[in-house]
This record gives sequence, C-alpha cells and structure tokens, in this order.
Amino acid sequence: MNDAVEVTLRAVGVLAAFLVLPLLVGQTEHKVMAHMQGRLGPMYAGGFHGWAQLVADGVKFVQKEDITPAAADQRVFRFAPAVALVPYLVAMAAIPLSPDVVAADLPASAVFVLAVTAVGILGTLMAGWASANKYSLLGAMRAAAQLLSYELPMVLAVASICLAAGSLSLSGIVAAWSPWWLVLQLPGAIVFLVSAVAELQRPPFDMPVADSEIVFGAYTEYTGLRFAFFLLSEYAGIVVMSLLFAVLYLGGWHGLASDQLGWLWTLLKGFCIAVVVIWLRVAWPRLREDQLQRLAWLVLVPLALAQLALTGVWVVVAA
Amino acid sequence: MTALDVAFAAVGLVTAASGLLAVTTRHVVHAALWLVVCLGAVAGCYLVLGAEFVALVQLLVYVGAIVVLVLFALMLTRAPIGANPDISTGRLHRVLAGVLGAGVTALLAAALLPLAGPAVERRDTSTTQLAEQLFGTWVWPFEVLSVLLLVALVAAMAVSRMTRPSVAAEPAVTGEDGVA
Repeated sequence: MNDAVEVTLRAVGVLAAFLVLPLLVGQTEHKVMAHMQGRLGPMYAGGFHGWAQLVADGVKFVQKEDITPAAADQRVFRFAPAVALVPYLVAMAAIPLSPDVVAADLPASAVFVLAVTAVGILGTLMAGWASANKYSLLGAMRAAAQLLSYELPMVLAVASICLAAGSLSLSGIVAAWSPWWLVLQLPGAIVFLVSAVAELQRPPFDMPVADSEIVFGAYTEYTGLRFAFFLLSEYAGIVVMSLLFAVLYLGGWHGLASDQLGWLWTLLKGFCIAVVVIWLRVAWPRLREDQLQRLAWLVLVPLALAQLALTGVWVVVAA
Repeated sequence: MTALDVAFAAVGLVTAASGLLAVTTRHVVHAALWLVVCLGAVAGCYLVLGAEFVALVQLLVYVGAIVVLVLFALMLTRAPIGANPDISTGRLHRVLAGVLGAGVTALLAAALLPLAGPAVERRDTSTTQLAEQLFGTWVWPFEVLSVLLLVALVAAMAVSRMTRPSVAAEPAVTGEDGVA
C-alpha cells in the first residue's frame, strides 16, 4: 500500500511542476521581453505587476468555444494536442533536480528524455494534416523537416556528454560532472542549446509558425483549450530543455550547500537557461528555411561530431 | 501468471491489433498513425522483456524519426482526409498476401517454438552487456548493415541527381495525356 501512496505522490508532484513551471516561464517571457523592448508588459491581472496574467489567459481559453473544422479529420484533429503535450509531462518525470528529488530515476534517463520528446513532433504533424488547411499543412511540413534535421545534432551532443560521464543516467552524469566540462564540452553545449531552441520551434527557428507567411502553421485552426495545450507544450518544452541543459552541462545540483539546496540550484540554473531562450527570441530575426537547414547540416552536425571525437579522445587518454 | 505476463500480453495485443488496423484501414495517414502505435507497442514489448535501452532506441529511431519521415512523405503527396478507395487491393493480391503472411508465420513459429523453454525467465539486459554484444560478437554484421544503409543513401542521392537533367531535357514525356 505504501508503494501506491508514494507513486501517487510522485505523479502529483510531477503534474504540479508541469502546471506551474511553464506558467512561470511564460510570465517571465512576458516581463523580460517587455522590459527589453522598453515596455512594462502585463500590469493589471492579479494586482502586483500582473502576476496572474497567464492564469487569466487560461481561464479565457477554457471559456472559448471548442471548434473542429467541418472538413477536418475529427478524431486526429482532437487527439493531436494530447500527443504534443504528454511527452513533455513524461520527460519531466525523468529529470532529476537533486539525487533525491526525482520522480522516476531510470538507468538510461538521458536517452529516455530524448526518445520521449521526439514523439511530441507527431502531435504537430497530426494537427497540421488533420486541419485540412493549406497553411497548417505547410507549417507541419516545415516543422517535420526542421525537427528531423535538429534531432541529429542534439542526440550527438548528448552522446558526447554521456561518453564523458560514462553513464546514460542523468543522475550519473551530474555525479561525474567536473567544472572542466564547461570548457571541454562548450561546443556541444552550444549545439545542444541551438538544437533545443529549434526543436521547440522558438524564434529564431519559428519558420513552422511564421505568422507573416502561414498564419500560425499547424495550429492555425485550433481554438480554446486545445490551442492552449499546444502553447503549454511549447513552454513545458522550454522547461524540459532548460532543466536538461542545466543537468547535462551546468552540473545540476553542484553548488553551495548542495546537500540541502541541490534542487534549488538545478531549478536556478535551468531558469537562467530559460531566460537565455527567451532572450534569443527578442534578439534575432527569423531564419529562412534554407538558412535553417544549412545551419543544421553544415554547422551543427560537424560541430557535434567534432565534439564527440574530442570527448572520445579525451576519455581514452584520461583513462 | 505474474503482472509482467499480463503486461506483456497487453502490449502484444496492442501491437497485433494496431498492426492489423494499419494494414486494413483505407485512410492512408491513419495507417501511418496506427504504425506509430504498433512500433510504440513493440518498444513496450522490449521494455517488459527487460531490454530498456533497446526499447528507448526503438522509440527514438522508429517513432521519432522514421514514421515522421513517412508522414512527411505522405504530406508531400496528396494524402486526402477521409477514406481513399484507391489504396485497396484486388482479391488475388489479398489471398497472396494472406498466404505469404501465413508462410512467414509458420517459418518463424517453426524456428522459434522449439527454442521456447517451459519457464520464461525475465532478465534485465544492461546497456553494458548490450554494447559488448553489439560491438564484440556482432560487430561485423553491424558494420555491414551500416555500409548497406550508406550505399542506399548514396544511391538515392545519385538517382535523384541523375534523373533531373533527362526530365528537364524532355518535358513533353512527363505527361502522357498532353497536359504536362
């Protein structure tokens, strides 16, 4: 019976983190972007600096009519948001905040997180095809091409880290982390960050949802709660990728008083990466489709391969 | 009958059912989506049998990349929403496919059933063991397979590059009905 209680508690904990952290990142995006552009951002909802803006947005989304286009493939159209959202929920369960604060400590959690997040792209594809809308279809095709290209450098960058740590488990990677990695794994870290932003289809890699060309890509026909689920999956994706970056490259819970405050360090490092991801959106214009593919295949893949070779040599020499 | 047996039976059932649906549906994109369920359930089978890493790679490669490529290719064609009667096959083809499927099943059963002992014992396969097998015992088949894939890749590129000038040189050939 005790096991059941513990499993329930862990699941509830992951769900709570899944619902709170993306909202926190979303609110940070509102405020950080606003201040970078000399604006104030939301100021009214909730009173203090508009802290409840996204809660109000959520209430608004719930009240909206749930429309499925008449020409759409009804079942696939309705199911797509769940396929986009659930993988990030599952991935979040495997990311450790400290040796104790982890919902499911898997032996190959680094591969697990990559494998699970790769499934999320199917949601975008299903949405784009089932909408029966040419903009949606174009958006889904762009998304598929982009995500397939950036999957490879990302997996290679993570492979390099796993090689250096001699472990496929995220906890094991943090345990093996040393400050030297900040230098030796720097190319891999950059490759990982760029591919993560591209996987999330965030600016400057937001070709699949380019509003000036194809309305909102695969999500054009969605309204209400289903649209909110797609938005939530984007922000949950930022949380997952930022935490993953903190765990893989920044040493996770290493820091002052890491025995007690380890989880806080991981969250703090992840939050800083999330702010960088937001910053990229404000700082760079959108890449064109050909520039996007060129970057993936001619810059990131060779860089990731070179990093992998470097790590391999280093591991063999050091061993 | 342990919980693992039940779990294995469940994922096996899902695999078989989704595989059947994938080949019987007339919706061409639905077929690809049922294939996703089928391949995901195969990953579940590996997981239940204790090969965690194989299951994850199955998910990463097949669901995350190969089916995405299939869907991408379908989107480049005119995959319509709704049933497509064109993708049906004639009766002779169905019978032939049934015979062929039964033959493969019989062959596999003949090869595998004698190997099945009385008690099915579940052993966790660690990633280290897997790597030792893959890069030790099976390294040559592994390398030959990768060379095969490389040859296929280069050949695909060569085919796509070499057909282009001939099409450009004779544009009238592309449309037999004269519309072109």
